[in-house]
Amino acid sequence: MPEARTPKKPRRARGTKSAVHLLLRVNGEDREVTTAPHRTLLETLREDLGLTGTKHGCELGECGTCTVLVDGQPILSCLALSADYEGREITTVEGMADGAQLHPLQETFADLGAAQCGYCTPGFLLTAKALLEEKPSPSREEIREALAGNLCRCTGYLKIYEAVEQAAARMREEGPRGGR
Amino acid sequence: MRAFEYLSPKTLEAASAAVRTAPEGARIIAGGQDLLGELKERIATPGRVVSLKAVPGLRGIREESGSLRIGALATVQEVAESPLVREKAPALAEAATSVGTPQIRALGTVGGNLCQRPRCWYYRLADFPCLKKGGGTCFAVEGDSRYHAILGGGPCHIVHPSDLAVALVALDASVEVVGAKGRRTIPIADLYALPAVDASRETTLAPDEIVAEVSVPAGARSAFRKFREKLSLDFAVVAAAVALGPKGPRVALGGVAPVPWRSREAEAALGAKPVTAESAAAAATAALAPAKPLKNNRYKVPLACAVLRRTILAAAGVADPGPPAPPATPAPTKKAGEDF
Ligand SMILES: Cc1cc2nc3c(=O)[nH]c(=O)nc-3n(C[C@@H](O)[C@@H](O)[C@H](O)COP(=O)(O)OP(=O)(O)OC[C@H]3O[C@@H](n4cnc5c(N)ncnc54)[C@H](O)[C@@H]3O)c2cc1C
Ligand code: FES
Ligand code: FES
Repeated sequence: MPEARTPKKPRRARGTKSAVHLLLRVNGEDREVTTAPHRTLLETLREDLGLTGTKHGCELGECGTCTVLVDGQPILSCLALSADYEGREITTVEGMADGAQLHPLQETFADLGAAQCGYCTPGFLLTAKALLEEKPSPSREEIREALAGNLCRCTGYLKIYEAVEQAAARMREEGPRGGR
Repeated sequence: MRAFEYLSPKTLEAASAAVRTAPEGARIIAGGQDLLGELKERIATPGRVVSLKAVPGLRGIREESGSLRIGALATVQEVAESPLVREKAPALAEAATSVGTPQIRALGTVGGNLCQRPRCWYYRLADFPCLKKGGGTCFAVEGDSRYHAILGGGPCHIVHPSDLAVALVALDASVEVVGAKGRRTIPIADLYALPAVDASRETTLAPDEIVAEVSVPAGARSAFRKFREKLSLDFAVVAAAVALGPKGPRVALGGVAPVPWRSREAEAALGAKPVTAESAAAAATAALAPAKPLKNNRYKVPLACAVLRRTILAAAGVADPGPPAPPATPAPTKKAGEDF
């Protein structure tokens, strides 16, 4: 006789080499994943959770295209073990828009053409979002410093800086809206 | 990456035991900014990874009886931004600011920074069975040695990659470690040993010993300077830290040796007298006098000399009169392929 199954509470990360059960909080939602302990956060987001907005680049910590926010702070998901990030608030580029309403940074990046091939864009958007939440009126130098860990191989840095400045101005005028 | 089991114990003692009892070897993970690179390249293939994230009491920076106490899990960014560190140990704050990128500083920890493995390109590629990986050769001797050691090298010629360690050696810091035999405190210089002692590792820690806290005497005038090729992010080609404390000057160089390199020659040249432009130049020259460059890194000698001279002046608050006049001897003629 088949037993009635009660859904198991996910165990905290521990146990075997083949599987850990993790409870991750991504873009404001609780997500349960069963994955290998040696999965990076980048792999878990893209392959286990289907959030492919976060990009694979150098895998060495040098390019920043894999940037996500953890508790509001930019980190490199390629150098993070998923199991280390249980219970933390993870934000990917998919979490920036509020429904159909784009984040002001997404709008100004589009308006100014601050993306060429676009591969670096998710990382830049999230790093810039963290900056503007901390400093609503950053100087050009502060923007350069905050974005120093994000590489654009198409080298469109000027447009990127301008887009961040315009988004900052828009956010100051309009006050908080949309996204997280 | 090779598959491993992941543990997250709640005390340092349990973490140390988890490393000790691992049947297929184990590694500690703090911020992972160095370890993940090693795991991906399969230079490190532990069967177990032990995270420190759930161990309480390893974070934070506080002042206690004349010393700054910095937890092993304090991030590089927290050190860079700490008003306490900026005021009482400026060389350390400057070193932290120079590390990696904002993302790397956000996760990278003090303990991980001190225990990170070298960046030598032969070590970092699994294809090169170098001395450090248990092989028989240091490939830098015959190969491309432009970023390798000019002091203290042999049989392996790596340079130690940590910027924080250079500042901490100058600041006369000590490190508290926890292992099978309990806790012990050692001067930071004793955390490191030259490859002549054991080419397979950089620190003197037992595999199950964990750095818990760093203690830094507060209040010495100090400075840190770093020359790197890329400003946005780069390890030091050459770095220097100088502290002028009550026990006399302490001078350390980075990017030049397999350990953060304390220069007693420079300290003796500075002596107890107030720093002048002349004594700074003489001390820098003395520090580099024992240098033995390899095929491609002769350029590091004058570079380290200049960086150190400026760092001494910065620590003393003496205006930089510019470099001293070069010696009149003609430069040696280069063979093709020498120097880069
Ligand atoms: C692109 C890039 C640029 C970088 N630039 C710089 C730079 O300019 N300057 C610089 O100094 N560093 C630089 N780093 C190295 C960077 O990894 C360290 O700065 C960082 O602080 C490491 O800390 P972590 O906590 O992430 O270490 P982890 O990766 O977690 O650990 C590093 C090593 O130390 C061991 N370990 C960790 N914590 C402890 C502990 N408490 N006790 C004993 N062993 C421990 C681990 O087992 C591992 O072997 C760079 C790294 C990258 C990827
Ligand atoms: S993919 Fe993570 S920094 Fe390049
Ligand atoms: S737009 Fe192509 S990498 Fe930045």
